[in-house]
Amino acid sequence: MHYLDNAATTRVLPEAAQAALTVMTEGFGNPSSQHRLGIQAGKLLKQSREAIAAALGVQAGEITFTSGGTEAINTAIFGAAYKNRHIGRHIIITAIEHAAVRNAAARLQAEGFTVTALQPDANGQISVDTFADALRNDTVLASIMLVNNEVGTILPVEEMGRLLHSRCPKALFHIDAVQGLFRVPLTPQKWNCQLMSVSGHKIGAPKGIGALYMQKGTNLRPYIVGGGQENGMRSGTEPLPGIAAFAKACRIRSNAMHADNQHIAALHQYLQQQITAELPWAEWNSAEGVPHIANLSFPGCKSEVMLRVLEGDEVYVSAGSACSRGKESPVLKAIGLGKERIDSALRISFAPWNTKEDIDALIAGLKKGAAMLRR
Amino acid sequence: MEVLLLKCGEIVLKGLNRKAFEDRLLGNIKRRLKHVTPCEVAMRQSIIYVWVEDDSKTDAVLDVVRKIFGIASICRAAVCEKTLEAMQQTAETALAGHIAGAKTFKVETKRGDKRFPMTSIEVSQHIGGEINHKYAHLKPDMHTPDLTIHFEIRDEHAFVHAGPEPGAGGMPVGTNGRAALLLSGGIDSPVAGYMMAKRGLELVGIHFFSYPYTSERAKEKVVELAEIMNPYTGRMPLLVVPFTKIQEAIRDNCPQEIFTLIMRRFMMRIAQKLAEQNQCGALITGESLGQVASQTMPSMAVTGAVCSLPVFRPLIGMDKEEIVQIARKTGTFETSILPYEDCCTVFTPKHPNTKPKLPKILEAEAALDVENLIEEAVSNIEIIITGKRKKDE
Repeated sequence: MHYLDNAATTRVLPEAAQAALTVMTEGFGNPSSQHRLGIQAGKLLKQSREAIAAALGVQAGEITFTSGGTEAINTAIFGAAYKNRHIGRHIIITAIEHAAVRNAAARLQAEGFTVTALQPDANGQISVDTFADALRNDTVLASIMLVNNEVGTILPVEEMGRLLHSRCPKALFHIDAVQGLFRVPLTPQKWNCQLMSVSGHKIGAPKGIGALYMQKGTNLRPYIVGGGQENGMRSGTEPLPGIAAFAKACRIRSNAMHADNQHIAALHQYLQQQITAELPWAEWNSAEGVPHIANLSFPGCKSEVMLRVLEGDEVYVSAGSACSRGKESPVLKAIGLGKERIDSALRISFAPWNTKEDIDALIAGLKKGAAMLRR
Repeated sequence: MEVLLLKCGEIVLKGLNRKAFEDRLLGNIKRRLKHVTPCEVAMRQSIIYVWVEDDSKTDAVLDVVRKIFGIASICRAAVCEKTLEAMQQTAETALAGHIAGAKTFKVETKRGDKRFPMTSIEVSQHIGGEINHKYAHLKPDMHTPDLTIHFEIRDEHAFVHAGPEPGAGGMPVGTNGRAALLLSGGIDSPVAGYMMAKRGLELVGIHFFSYPYTSERAKEKVVELAEIMNPYTGRMPLLVVPFTKIQEAIRDNCPQEIFTLIMRRFMMRIAQKLAEQNQCGALITGESLGQVASQTMPSMAVTGAVCSLPVFRPLIGMDKEEIVQIARKTGTFETSILPYEDCCTVFTPKHPNTKPKLPKILEAEAALDVENLIEEAVSNIEIIITGKRKKDE
């Protein structure tokens, strides 16, 4: 199998799966229980929180576990907007955010907030000037992604955070770092960022676990209420199997981060060479950005058909557009690509454990598909 | 204990082969209830009795029976001893909800067992009087009552119910033979299948699959549609025909504007071949006149020309809205509109010919090795037995 769709999700690391299994079958206590099994679970929860905090470069007390990136994002955006609604009702996002951010903002807009969605340039980049121009006296929240999930651009969050902090000191800054975790060093303090969302299943942990960083002192109204777990920010018995696996994956990938990124950069370079040599007519939709996401169009080859040609050889990638009859990619549309190019876009995304052989299989499959489809 | 009393529809009109019709209906009911709960199904004096052993399963049984063709009406009845006291008491408990919600009522009695000491009118009057006396909010009304309490006094038991509800109607599946349904995955073909099953046809589904141009999900969707249809049509095997090679051959060798027509002609030829192999006496399609370019009258003449079997097109005179209404009722609509491309849309020409002439089509087809393409497709079909999967899981 040649799995090159790691921006969608990753295979769970065996060590992380083992950590989850151990919790499920042995250390299965409820961290809230008073007996020994519960206390052991509580201890594991604490250690896991510390491991994840360390990977994010923050304090353990600033981490709230959630069911994933989407819940972290919803908690942050609604929490921040409601907290600050008496100060102002203007929110800034970008037009290339993940649907979790765009739809949370759309709901707030329906509730009376004003939302500015910043438009990207042709490379999928959002300029600092665009951000500066959008700031208003009543801006109370900016939610910006660190790395775009379709074209891989790294957004200038540091400059944006500085501007937001100086021009709207009471506004909160949320960063969706789901695609950036371990591909880009996370430095929320340096970015003047009070809220940051990450997800486990993009880095080798299972689906169903994520985390929200909340800078100390940032008190939001919880999204889910109940037994008061997670300092009251996220009630519900802590999903310890996922948390333990997330912590394990964080430890492993954190230690390997430098080597991982060098390896992925080499893979990206190899992909570029192979495309240039074998499929020179392909068009790149991702310019500069993280090396683990590449986005290309193969004019004449409908992406979902190409995807199925590739899957026939066990090569898995993602279609740039979800489906021709369904919705087309809002990101590719926002960066101004034409229909033909959107319809034929593929996203190839690497994990640290991909190999050159995976790329060779991809190139072979693409050539086969092109021979079938381009006429 | 509860029992369902089912009245047969049109089959009571049949003459000498009535027995065969009744047996088929009984068999259909038994087969479909087998996996729900133990029931005894028997027919007496043109009424089918479904005895549900476990009363808590009656709702589930009712759901199944409502979808079986050949049943005109359904009564959900409580069973009791043949005494006035027991009948009244059963009416009060079994129909408590009805009684609470009604303002006017009447009692109607049928006495099948003539040994019973009172006439039906006497029974109605007696129990009606008692109930009227007991429930202050109920007034008798012989003409348009909110509630009619029915008593049926048969040989061994008395039955109490609040009147019949309409059944699925039509004729028992299988009584008119078997036909092959071309099932695309859109809204129309499942409705066409539903309508012909209602006229007593057993169905075999045929789906044309163009992987990788269409996805595995498109096939899954058709399997799901077949499973949603199963409660109406009975178990329907699905024959999946590999169609990619034929589509590519047409694309590479024939003019674009008649692509769809030639493709439809291939489908009809293959369907006819599979129909014959599976003892089907007709083909069924979801075509509706003028809906798309391949469903104009000249187009249908061209696509139908390859068939000697009758082609049933039950939707031919229906509007889309009417078709959608049936699809919603049977539950196929939500699945049909899922956006996975089916093989009709992959190579769709930009400007299809709506008034094709047969000689031109024949000329274009001459470029293809029609016989071999069909032979290869037919010999590589995948057979999916639908309706089985859920039970296995």
